[in-house]
Amino acid sequence: MNSTYYGRLIFELSKEGRRGCSLPDTGVKGDYAPLPDNLLRTKTPALPRVDEPTLVRHYHNMSANNFGVDSGFYPLGSCTMKYNPKINEEVAALEGFTAVHPLQPDYASQGSLEAYYTLCRALAEIGGMSEFTLNPFAGAHGELTGLMVIRAYHQSRGDDKRRVVIVPDSAHGTNPASAAVAGLKVVEVKSRPDGTLDVEALRPLLNDEVAAVMMTNPNTLGIFETDIPEIAKAVHEAGALMYYDGANLNPLLGVARPGDMGFDVMHINLHKTFSTPHGGGGPGSGPVGVRKGLEQFLPNPRVVRNADGTFSLTDTDTALGSVSATLGNFAVQLKALAYILTLGASGLMEAGSLATLNANYIKESLKDKYLLPIEGVCKHEFVFDGLADKSTGVTTLNIAKRLLDYGYHAPTIYFPLLFHESLMIEPTETESKETLDQFIDTMCTIADEAASDPDMVKAAPHTTPVRRPDDTQAALTPKVTYSDLIADADA
Amino acid sequence: MPHHYFPHTPEDVAEMLRRCGVGSLADLYADVPEELRMTKDYCLPEPKSEPEIREYFKHLASANKQLTCFAGAGYYNHYTPAVISHITGRSEFLTAYTPYQPEISQGTLQYIFEYQSMMAELTGMDVSNASMYDGATATAEAVMMAVAAARKRNRVLVSATLNPAVRKVVDTYARYHGVRIDTIPACEGVTSLSDLEKMLADGDVAGVVLAEPNFYGIVEDWTDVAEMCHKAKALLIVNAIPSDLAMLRSPGEWGADIAVGDAQSLGMPLSSGGPYLGYICTTKALIRKLPGRIVGATTDADGRRTFVLTLQAREQHIRRDKATSNICSNQGLMALHTAIYLSVLGPEGLREVCGKSYAGAHELASRLEATGRMKLAYPAQPFCNEFLMHTDFPVDELIAQGVAMGLLPGVKVADDAILIAVTELNTSAQMDTFVELVNRLPK
Repeated sequence: MNSTYYGRLIFELSKEGRRGCSLPDTGVKGDYAPLPDNLLRTKTPALPRVDEPTLVRHYHNMSANNFGVDSGFYPLGSCTMKYNPKINEEVAALEGFTAVHPLQPDYASQGSLEAYYTLCRALAEIGGMSEFTLNPFAGAHGELTGLMVIRAYHQSRGDDKRRVVIVPDSAHGTNPASAAVAGLKVVEVKSRPDGTLDVEALRPLLNDEVAAVMMTNPNTLGIFETDIPEIAKAVHEAGALMYYDGANLNPLLGVARPGDMGFDVMHINLHKTFSTPHGGGGPGSGPVGVRKGLEQFLPNPRVVRNADGTFSLTDTDTALGSVSATLGNFAVQLKALAYILTLGASGLMEAGSLATLNANYIKESLKDKYLLPIEGVCKHEFVFDGLADKSTGVTTLNIAKRLLDYGYHAPTIYFPLLFHESLMIEPTETESKETLDQFIDTMCTIADEAASDPDMVKAAPHTTPVRRPDDTQAALTPKVTYSDLIADADA
Repeated sequence: MPHHYFPHTPEDVAEMLRRCGVGSLADLYADVPEELRMTKDYCLPEPKSEPEIREYFKHLASANKQLTCFAGAGYYNHYTPAVISHITGRSEFLTAYTPYQPEISQGTLQYIFEYQSMMAELTGMDVSNASMYDGATATAEAVMMAVAAARKRNRVLVSATLNPAVRKVVDTYARYHGVRIDTIPACEGVTSLSDLEKMLADGDVAGVVLAEPNFYGIVEDWTDVAEMCHKAKALLIVNAIPSDLAMLRSPGEWGADIAVGDAQSLGMPLSSGGPYLGYICTTKALIRKLPGRIVGATTDADGRRTFVLTLQAREQHIRRDKATSNICSNQGLMALHTAIYLSVLGPEGLREVCGKSYAGAHELASRLEATGRMKLAYPAQPFCNEFLMHTDFPVDELIAQGVAMGLLPGVKVADDAILIAVTELNTSAQMDTFVELVNRLPK
C-alpha cells in the first residue's frame, strides 16, 4: 500500500488502433454467408483498445491500491481471513483439471469426480454428517440449498405447512434472506445478552409450522452455545430440523462436530474454514452436508462411487432439484482438498484451538482500553463495544479507519447489531504472536490518541490512497458505468 | 513442531495461555459440554508434504482425459490469454475480501466498476451488478427480480429453447419461491412467437425468458417481441452468451429489460464446471431491484474520484428477510478475469473471436453433412457457433470413439442428436479428424 493513487480507468487508456491480443489462424478458408442484418448488432461495444504492456501496468497499479491477507493482518470478524496456501493455487491450475468440459462423459473425467468425492467424504468426517454436496457456490447459496433440503424433507412426509424458520436476532443477515428466497417465513428469537439462544425463549415459538431453527455455533459473538443439546432435543420433538450455519466452524476444528451436536443440515464456507482465497468477494464455495436419512434430498447432480471404484454423476427424483448447472466451483473445491490433505488429521486437530487462543490473547490484552461487553473465554472471535472511555466521542468507525493508517485491515464493524459500537475481531490461527502483539500495541496507541487528539482520530484515515468517500452522493445519483461518468462530465 | 501453516512455537503458546489465564489449549473449550467433544482424531490421512500434494493432484489430473473440445451447451473452449492469471493471481486481488473498506480496496472496486461498464456495453444495457455465481443462478435471480418488480403477478414464461440445465435451476428456485413457470413451445428450433402472444394475453405474466443464441445455437428473430411483452406489462429477460454478442444484436437492442447469463464464454477455463461467473444487467429504471453488489463512482474528502459499494439498502445485511436476494458475495476474481479478457481483446478482437467461431462452425457443419451420416436438425435456421445435428448412428458411440481418439465431439441431446460447438481454437485439421471419426463409424 505504498503507491500513490492510480486514478485512471482502462477506458481512459484506450486508443484507436491498439490491441492486446493475437488470434490463431484456424485454417478455415470457407467464406460463409453472414447472419441476416436484423440479427446483427448495430452499435460496436465501446470496449477499451489497449496494448498488452499498458494493460498489465494498469491492473498491476490497481492491485497496489488493494489490501489482502498477504498484505497484512486482516482481523475481519466472521470472515475467517486465514492464510491462503500457494500450493493450492498451483494444483488447482493444472491443465488436467482446467481443460475438462463440465459435460465431458464420466469415464473421461474420473480425476475430477474422484476429487469431488474425496472432498465430500473429508467434509462428512469433519462435520459429523452422512453426506455432502459441493454444488452450492457460496455460503448464502449453501444456506438456501440447506433450507430447500429441509423443505423437501417435510414435503416428502406430506407435511407442507411447515413454512417458518426460527433465526436468532444475532444471526448473519444472509440467514433470514436465504429463508425468504426459499419461500419460508422468518421468526426472530431474541437472544440472551451474550447472543446465545435461550431454550426457554425458543420453546413457545416451536409448533407444527416450524420447518427449522438456524443457528451459528459459536455464535456471532464468538460464544459457544452450551444449551445446544437441549435446544436440539426441543426442536426435534417439535418435528423441526436443526440447521448449522458453518460460517464459524473454524474454532471447532479438532474440538467438536456439528453432527454430534444434533444438527441435521449444515453448510461450510470453504473460503473461510478451508483457506480458499476470498478473491475480492468470490468465487467461494458453500458445500451442504446432511445427517443420515436426508441424503436423498441433496441437489442434482450428485457424484457417487461405484462398486468397481469408478465414479459417476447421477440425478435422482427425490432430490430437491438443482441449485447449479454444474458441480459448483470446482477449482475452489480442489484448493480446499489440498488444504485438508496438507494439514492432515493432526494439523486439522490443532487449527481450531490455535484460532481460539489468538482471539482470547487479543481480547485479554485489550479489554482495559476497549469495552468488553461479554466477559469470559471466547472462541475464534469476540466483540468490543467501542472504546472503554466513551467521553472522547471517538466511534468504532473512527477506530476502524485509523487502523487503516497503521497498515491493518479493519475488523468487522457495527455487526452484530446487539451493541451500538460493535467491533468484531477474528485473528485466525495463521497469525503469529508477534503480529498480534503489534496489533495490540496499535490498538492501545489508537485508544491513547482518542484521548489526546480525538479530532485527528475522527478525521482518519490520513494516509490511504483515498479518504472518506462520499457514500451519500454515490447513492443519490448512481454512476455505475463509464458511460455514466462521461454523461456526467458532459452535463 | 507445529504445522508449517501455524506460526506458534510451544513457548508462544505457553506465554499466550498465561495472558489468557487458562492452563491449556483444551481449557479454552471448558464450556463445551463433555458429551459434544470429539474423543478421537479425525479419521483422515496424516499430513502430506508439498511434493506429495503436488504428486497426488497430478495423478488425479491425469485421470481426466485431455480432449480436443467440440462441446458447448453453455460452456465454450475459448482461449484464455496468459496475462489474466498473472494479474488475477496477484495476492492483493486474490487474498482480499469484499471491499468493505473502500480506502484500501480501490483496486477491487475499480475493476468491478470497469467490469460493470464493459458488461453494460456488451449487452446494450444501462447497468450491471458486480456479478453473480453462474449463468443458471443469475437467470433464476432475474426471474425473481421480474416477479418482485411486478408485485402481484408471479407467472414467468420461459422458452423451450432455453438451455435445459439453466431451466432446471430456474425451476428449482421458482418452485420454492412460489413462482409459476410456464413453457413457451418451440417450433422448428425457435420460440413460437404466436404461442408467446397467446400466453401473454392470458395475463398475470411478470416476465418472459428467451435465449440468444438458444440452446440449439440458433439465433432467433425477436422483432416486435419486446413491444409484445411490454404491452402485457411483462419484463423481457434475455439469456445471452456474451462472447457471441460481439456479433449478435444485443439484448438492449432487442429491447430487453434484463440481460443475464454466464460469462464463462469470455475466456474462462472450463475447469470441470467452475468457477464461472453469472452476469445480470438491466435498465436504469430497474437498478434498485438488482440483486447483489453494485459499485458506483463518487468523490473522496479531497475531491478525488473514488469507487464504493452503493445502493446497499437493497441487500441482505441491511434488509435481512426483505432483501431483493440472499446473495452476499460476488465472483470478484472472475469479474476481474472478465474485465481483463475484454480489455485484452477489445472490440475488434472479440469480433474476430466470434467471426472465427462462426466460420468454423459453418465449415464443420457442412463437412459433417457431406459425410452423409449427419444432418443439421434445423437447416433453415441461422446459427452462430453451435448447431444441433441428427445422426444415423448412436451418439454415445460417436462420443466413445471420439474420446478414445482424444476428441470430444459434442454434447449428447438425444440418442440420435448431438450439439456441436466451434471456437477460434478449433482448427481445420481437428475438423478433418472429426470427419474421419464419423466416416469410420459402422453403418
